Formats: sequence, structure tokens, C-alpha cells
Amino acid sequence: MPDQLHWDDVQEGMEITPLEKIATTQMLVKWAGASGDFNPLHYDAGFAASVGAGKPIVHGALKRQWLIQLLTDWMGPSGFLKKFACQYKAMDYPRQMKTMTVPYDGETWQCKGKVLKKYVEGTNHLLDCDVKLINGRGEVTVSGKATVILPAR
Amino acid sequence: MQAEEISRLIGKNTGVVVYEVERGAIRRFADAAGDMNPLYRDDELARESGYETIITPPGFFGWPVKTNNGSALLVAFPPELVQALENAGYPLSSALDAGIEYEYFMPVKAGDRLSVVSTVKNLRERGGKMVFFTMENVYTNETGARVATSQAQYVLRNLASPETANA
Repeated sequence: MPDQLHWDDVQEGMEITPLEKIATTQMLVKWAGASGDFNPLHYDAGFAASVGAGKPIVHGALKRQWLIQLLTDWMGPSGFLKKFACQYKAMDYPRQMKTMTVPYDGETWQCKGKVLKKYVEGTNHLLDCDVKLINGRGEVTVSGKATVILPAR
Repeated sequence: MQAEEISRLIGKNTGVVVYEVERGAIRRFADAAGDMNPLYRDDELARESGYETIITPPGFFGWPVKTNNGSALLVAFPPELVQALENAGYPLSSALDAGIEYEYFMPVKAGDRLSVVSTVKNLRERGGKMVFFTMENVYTNETGARVATSQAQYVLRNLASPETANA
């Protein structure tokens, strides 16, 4: 279980504990099945080329979920994600599989975030945060923001 | 697309779609995202943290009880919208996710039965090459309480246009 974070222990400007992710063709198949997004754009090379993506791309919703995990891991079990918004800025491409279970070496993504604002509204102790996903070339491919409610001591 | 057609489509909705939040589906979704948080898997640990049972990762609302007629996407769009876009040269196969905004009012938990209504917002066309639209999704539970809202943004491209085919 992730540790519980308390509002009192957070300062504006604080970094959110970063999270590393990879994407493989196999993971995209799992994601398609688990999320219900069966768009062939994410697993069929010919189709992806025909709609201008070049080759199969990582689902935006999977990248969104990585950024949500960045927040929920950091907040701990009693934190509550009140608001979350993200924009997909660029396409990302999965690693290919080398064996049935092991992918080729390749790109790794970094999920990062920062606390922008700390405040109280009624009985709620809130934080506004910036989050972003950075690809293997250091480019931001998803940017987002979130408001979280944390327990106070 | 004609301005009057666009204004006719804005506000169209899917009607109520019922989603069931099954335990196995929660675990499968969390696994697929590589998120090993025990709140999505372990009832006892979830209860120790003050939840009635396991909850879902924010972003997961379960699955519709009735399927969306073999659509490639879990999300439902009003049929009038899909038809009008297709007639104007924007098939759903050209769709890309542009982004999403959520607001949550309470956690979604295993066993929830959510009623979801999705409404077309902010439809606009740019230069005869791209269409942008937003679906507003409102999730309510069995007691009628609002659980979450989301604004999902899509971009559709006119694939017949040489500039967008290779975008």
C-alpha cells in the first residue's frame, strides 16, 4: 500500500514522486481488452498507416492512466483525486516484443508533477498540481493538471 | 459541415447507458495500466482505508451492460452524430483522442451500477479538414447521486484531404 501523504507535509513547488513507465505492443493489447478501446490504430500497422499515424500508437487513455497513477501513488489510500485534465500533445510508439514476455530495449516514459497551490475550501484541504508525461527524447507528450484532496493532521 | 447542422447536433445525447462495475474488470483495468495499488484488488486493505470494498482507479467506470452494437469503442456516441460526421467526410476511423477532463464527487466502487449519459458539446469544423467535438459524460449511481463528470475531446480528420492524411 502506498504511504499516506498529509496536506500539512506538502509545500507549494514540491515535486510529486516521479513514476517510470514503458509501453509494449503486448501492453497495448491488454489495454485494448481492459479499457474497451479496440481501435485498430493501436495494434494494426496497415490501418495505422492508412489513417496517418505511421505505425500503431500508444492509447491516449493509457498515458492518462499513467498520470493518474502518478497522483494516486503519491497521495496514498486516503487521498481523493477531485479533478484531473490532460491534453495529448504528441503520439507515442510502443516497444516491440522480443520474446513472449520480454520487450526489446527502447523508450521509457517519465511521469512527473509539481504542486502549484495549497489551500483550504470549506473542510477540504486541497492541492492544485501540474503533471506531464515525458518521452524518451525528453519531449512532453501529455500535459495535465489535477486537484487533489488530502487528509490533514 | 453546415452551421445549422452543427447546431442541430450539439446537445444530442446517447440516452442512459448502464455501466456495471465488476470486480474482475477493475483488476484487469488496473493490471493493464501497470497499477498495482491494493485498493483496486484487496477488500480488507480497502476497508482499512475507509472504503466499503475495492474501488476503481479514477478513469474506470465499469462496462455497459448492453454492448454498443459491435462498436470498436466502449464509449457511445449518438448515432445522429456518427452519421452526420461520416456524411461530411469524417469517419470515426479518423478519430484521435485529444484529451479529457474529469471531476469526481465520490470514489467508484465494486458493485456500483452507474447510469451514464453522454451529450455532444462544442462541435466545430476547421478549414474543411478537421472536426473537434467534446462529449460530456455524466455518471450517477443507483441512489441518483452524481459520481463523476467528464469532458472527452476528440479530433476527426478528413482523410481525403492530402494535408491531414499525413498529419
